[in-house]
Amino acid sequence: MTLPELSSSLLYVAFIAYLIATFVFGGAVKGNKEGSFKSEGRWGKIAFIITLIGFIAQLGYFFTRWAATGHPPLSNMFEFTTAFGMTLVGGFIILYLLYKTPVLGMVVLPVALLIIAFASMFPSEVSPLIPALQTNWLAIHVSTTVIAEGILAISAGAGLIYLLKVVDMEKKSKQRFWLETIMYSLIVVVGFVVASTYFTLTDYQAEFTYINKDNAEASIEYNMPPLVGMNEYTSLTEGAMEPLLETPAIINAGKVTTVLWSFIVGTILYWIIRLIARKRIAAIFKPFLKNVNLQLMDEINYRSVIIGFPLFTLGALIFAMIWAQIAWSRFWGWDPKEVWALITWLFYAAFLHLRLGKGWQGEKSAWLAVAGFAIIMFNLVAVNLIIAGLHSYA
Amino acid sequence: MENLVCKCGHKNPPGTILCESCGRSLTEEEQSKKLADMRYEGTARRSQTYNKSIIDKIWNFFSSVKVGVGIIVVLLVAAAIGTILPQAQYVNVPVRNDATLQAYYADVYGEIGKIYYFLGLHDMYSSFWFITLVGLLAISLIVASLDRFVPLYRSLKNQRVLRHRSFMNKQRIYAEGQAPDDVLVKAEEKLKELKYNVTLDKNGLLAEKGRFSRWGPYVNHIGLIIFLSGVMLRMVPGFYVDETLWIREGETRAIPEAPGYYLESEKFTIETYSGEGDEELFEDALDRVGTVAKNYQTDIVLYQTPEESLPGATDEMEMMKEESIRVNQPLKFDGYAVYQMDYKLNELRAMTFDLTDKETDASLGTLTIDLVKPEDSYDLGNGSKVDLLGYYPDFSGFENGEPQTATPVPNNPGFLVRMYTPETPEGEVSFIVIQDTIEPLGENQYKLTFQSAETRHASGLTIRKDRTLPILGLGGLIFMIGVAQGMYFNHRRFWIQQQEGGTVLLAGHTNKNWFGLKKDLDQVSEYASLPVYTDQQEEVEKKEKLDKEQKVEGDELR
Ligand code: HEM
Repeated sequence: MTLPELSSSLLYVAFIAYLIATFVFGGAVKGNKEGSFKSEGRWGKIAFIITLIGFIAQLGYFFTRWAATGHPPLSNMFEFTTAFGMTLVGGFIILYLLYKTPVLGMVVLPVALLIIAFASMFPSEVSPLIPALQTNWLAIHVSTTVIAEGILAISAGAGLIYLLKVVDMEKKSKQRFWLETIMYSLIVVVGFVVASTYFTLTDYQAEFTYINKDNAEASIEYNMPPLVGMNEYTSLTEGAMEPLLETPAIINAGKVTTVLWSFIVGTILYWIIRLIARKRIAAIFKPFLKNVNLQLMDEINYRSVIIGFPLFTLGALIFAMIWAQIAWSRFWGWDPKEVWALITWLFYAAFLHLRLGKGWQGEKSAWLAVAGFAIIMFNLVAVNLIIAGLHSYA
Repeated sequence: MENLVCKCGHKNPPGTILCESCGRSLTEEEQSKKLADMRYEGTARRSQTYNKSIIDKIWNFFSSVKVGVGIIVVLLVAAAIGTILPQAQYVNVPVRNDATLQAYYADVYGEIGKIYYFLGLHDMYSSFWFITLVGLLAISLIVASLDRFVPLYRSLKNQRVLRHRSFMNKQRIYAEGQAPDDVLVKAEEKLKELKYNVTLDKNGLLAEKGRFSRWGPYVNHIGLIIFLSGVMLRMVPGFYVDETLWIREGETRAIPEAPGYYLESEKFTIETYSGEGDEELFEDALDRVGTVAKNYQTDIVLYQTPEESLPGATDEMEMMKEESIRVNQPLKFDGYAVYQMDYKLNELRAMTFDLTDKETDASLGTLTIDLVKPEDSYDLGNGSKVDLLGYYPDFSGFENGEPQTATPVPNNPGFLVRMYTPETPEGEVSFIVIQDTIEPLGENQYKLTFQSAETRHASGLTIRKDRTLPILGLGGLIFMIGVAQGMYFNHRRFWIQQQEGGTVLLAGHTNKNWFGLKKDLDQVSEYASLPVYTDQQEEVEKKEKLDKEQKVEGDELR
């Protein structure tokens, strides 16, 4: 086995370990009928060990890939997003050691799985570094940032558990709507993974030419049936689907198509689950959360922000500025990625100040933590893929 | 307003809630509460005390955390709006001015682009109102911090050991009960072991640990203020230099804004990944995305003229450094840094022509025109010569019959020449641009025929000097120290009083992490046999919850 092959096998091992651990954590939580926490503790421990094995395997993936390419695997969408999945699990491990809460694993691990699956949809071959990335600051800046984001995401995990427990799913309310929307968005990510995998396995390809925003002819290859077409497109592939509508030149219809397919597949999945379970997705979790200690969840939420915020400041602002000064001659340039790091930072600063006042602990904090995660994901996904800038990855 | 005199005789500044000396509640509202508000030790904060003059009102506005959070949120939303479309600095227009930018946004983004430009969002981060918002944030930071820090500092500095009973029993952690006679001695022993500072006074004991963590927020806010002032300082001339220098291979140029320094470019190199040999690993990626740059590099020599030499005199230059500037490896000297930022390949350097007879194609000689330093006249020998009447490095057309040049860069050189030969001693005038010859004064017998061109690469360098960097670094460092100080440490205190008859009063307080406080107390309790304590906050919460449940049940019964 070559080093790159070993590396990807280790990633598979990690993925499977997390998958198993999710169910064992779920069983541990569910099995705790009388609230004695004895069996929960035992099964929780087993699940935790499986998680650790997965985490070590993923560390193995990370370092073997580093050895193979000669640079830290944090330089493109696949690598960065996988690393985010890894630090999310890492953050969970730290907080599990502090608080011994299997329910956190039951919620965080599926999210980590989803993130790793999402990452695998991007080209995963090892790629060379452009000159700006050829520096140790790549590893220093990106790893600190991604660790901070992993820990901040744990606060969202704790927040989500809090909300799943306290929001009444029987009565109509804003809270119920938004909580269900969160669950729905997670399923849309599953939709993306399913759609991409399906069309990759069936080897779907359709080529088009179009007129780009500078009025020049350009070409694009779709990997999913083109629901929307580019500006003044012409199909080059015979038998390809005729796009349902044409977009203006500034919009990348290929990406819009991918998003649409994700929503279509995600929505179908959502309704299948909902019809089978005969209740809202958020309500499915209720029986698992009977014994959850809300105060503890609030504490985990806050504690993760306390650890994550300073790390984020260091990685995403301070180290980022040092590197930008060396590579681009200015420490700050209002590049979209930089701006979104600042937004994330300001958001968590606001979070900390709000918690100083009364009434912002508990449920409100939980909503804020989830919103923080949404901002982090936006910066990772939307800013890289849609709002291009110096940082946008291939 | 007058000072508040407590029952214990201590004079407190107006607005004080808990007596600075004994801790009695001074307001009726406070007296009626079950737990004391220990937030800022019950001190008199200016913002909570005065509300008369306009200055009071402004002060109170900025010291409010609600307002502070409001400013942060507005700033955050504004910053996000600025990323909807690219900022003007990142768009590509051939000539940069308001008109071309406006046209660009309208052309490329349509209606949205027009509105975006109209609202000034295309240059949001240097707009007046965005900078004002940052200014408001800074004011808020300063006012809020002073409002709290000053009274808090006063109060924590002058703490008394003995507090009034009403202060003690309004603390969250409280106990009252019998204890052995040596309780204070033993408690002191254990508390010292746990690294508390212990002060004794008559029948009382005060143990304190981690007071410095209370300053954390103020320290981190100071860090932010230092950072922001550093950013402001860049507007002061001399603190900040940002220049661009285009330099071609073989050229020596003065470095802008760096008097006395000269740079020579020896060679510019661009390398791309080959995907072979060592790089075979990257083959798949390269197949997918095409070429990927591996290195941009300008090999340079840095010179300095001696201090006493005249400005611009280059004959006495001394070589200082011979280096390669690459991305991530700027050249550094004397507080300046020179960065590899851009390049232009194969810029024209010289062009070679033959003077030929149009009919026979016979050549009368060859001339090479240096496009950077063209000569006035070229003698070809045998009685032939070519005079250069006009040189237009970047020919852009005629205006009133005069040839024009768009830039001084030889992108599209045009030459106005007069050609002399033995047969045409008065000379023939001709205008030559690439691929075209114009004969403005009638048909000529001779022409200049293009033979070859010499090219070279140009490097786009950025010259920076930023004397604010140390200030920014200091601000960042202080911020991080303050955050760690405030978040990872906490201020714990215990008050113990021995009453007559062997009872003991015990109270505990911390600004954060009650769990840790209780762990400490458990150890001390066990060692010194202190009475069992209660967490009064939990009691209160339990009671509230019970009341609520009973109310719900009551509702259901109804
Ligand atoms: C981006 C700007 C700001 C940052 C990064 C920041 C950061 C912080 C941090 C990290 C804390 C400690 C929080 C904790 O320990 O939980 C804090 C506390 C505090 N901040 Fe800020 N802050 C900012 C702006 C402001 C503004 C504008 C105000 C104005 C009202 C303000 C007022 C306060 C107050 C009153 C405290 C609590 C102090 C105490 O507990 O004694 N902050 N700040």
